[in-house]
Amino acid sequence: MKIGVVTFPGSNCDADARYGATVTGNEAVQLWHKDETLPIDVDVIILPGGFSYGDYLRTGAIARFSPIMNEVIRFANDGGLVLGICNGFQILCESGLLPGALIRNENLRFVCKDVHLRVENSATPFTCAVKLGTMLRVPVAHGEGRYTAPQETIDRIEANGQVVYRYASPTGETTADSNPNGSMNNIAGIMNERGNVMGLMPHPERACEPLLGSADGVSVFASLALHVAHSILI
Amino acid sequence: MKTYTASITVTLRRAILDVQGKAVEHALHSLHMPALGSVRIGKHIEVEVQAPDTDTANDLVMDACKKLLTNPVMEDFHIALVEKAAGVPA
Repeated sequence: MKIGVVTFPGSNCDADARYGATVTGNEAVQLWHKDETLPIDVDVIILPGGFSYGDYLRTGAIARFSPIMNEVIRFANDGGLVLGICNGFQILCESGLLPGALIRNENLRFVCKDVHLRVENSATPFTCAVKLGTMLRVPVAHGEGRYTAPQETIDRIEANGQVVYRYASPTGETTADSNPNGSMNNIAGIMNERGNVMGLMPHPERACEPLLGSADGVSVFASLALHVAHSILI
Repeated sequence: MKTYTASITVTLRRAILDVQGKAVEHALHSLHMPALGSVRIGKHIEVEVQAPDTDTANDLVMDACKKLLTNPVMEDFHIALVEKAAGVPA
């Protein structure tokens, strides 16, 4: 499997995302925000974390109009797998590939710590290597990660199983204390209706080595590899 | 062609808790200003527009607000247009 990771001006997790791809035995290539075409053989595109364009105006608002984003949107609309991590999630929301928006954390602080995530849907290309309800320990690092959407949107994505990860206590309860930013319904990650585009605020690519505290983030890359291998077999 | 200055005020939608506004409100109250409340914090954007008339200028700014300057999922905006007087240096 080949994962393309886009580097925007201000991305700072692009190398980690490429590492996350290679640690699971996959190939990773760097893509540039000014590229107007994608390599024909990429299976997955990652929009990494960081502060693209200095987070000016709104997080992700300017990156969303980068030349490569036309191709990323086309790739997603054709069913290609797209993963947005942190700032990448914000870019996906700004581009309309995912519903809702990410706004200033409820406590107004930049939050940087490990959180526990409960897998809410394991029938996705991003989570198929783990069981429903699996708990993952992965770091968050953001100032604007409070997931917000109109109530009817929340109701719809909940009913459709589009909520992929929820912030929870280590034992799996979705408490207010375990919600690091005030996200509605403790939502940490969502996917689109079709299930090929996912965004999450936590950083699985920073949790790919036991030496760094957790290797639970590997599950995302392993799931993608499993899904792509399975799709080729079919 | 005329030149207009558009002043755009962007605020969080009413339905969304404005945590910055709340924090500032608490600070005001702790400074013994209980008469002040309902603080809302937003952004102010100024932009010059070249257009033949006010309606066209307003349409152009409205389009910019919808495409880039604001996110309708979380923000509301208000536009105030002023025509720059001819011959007056900016």
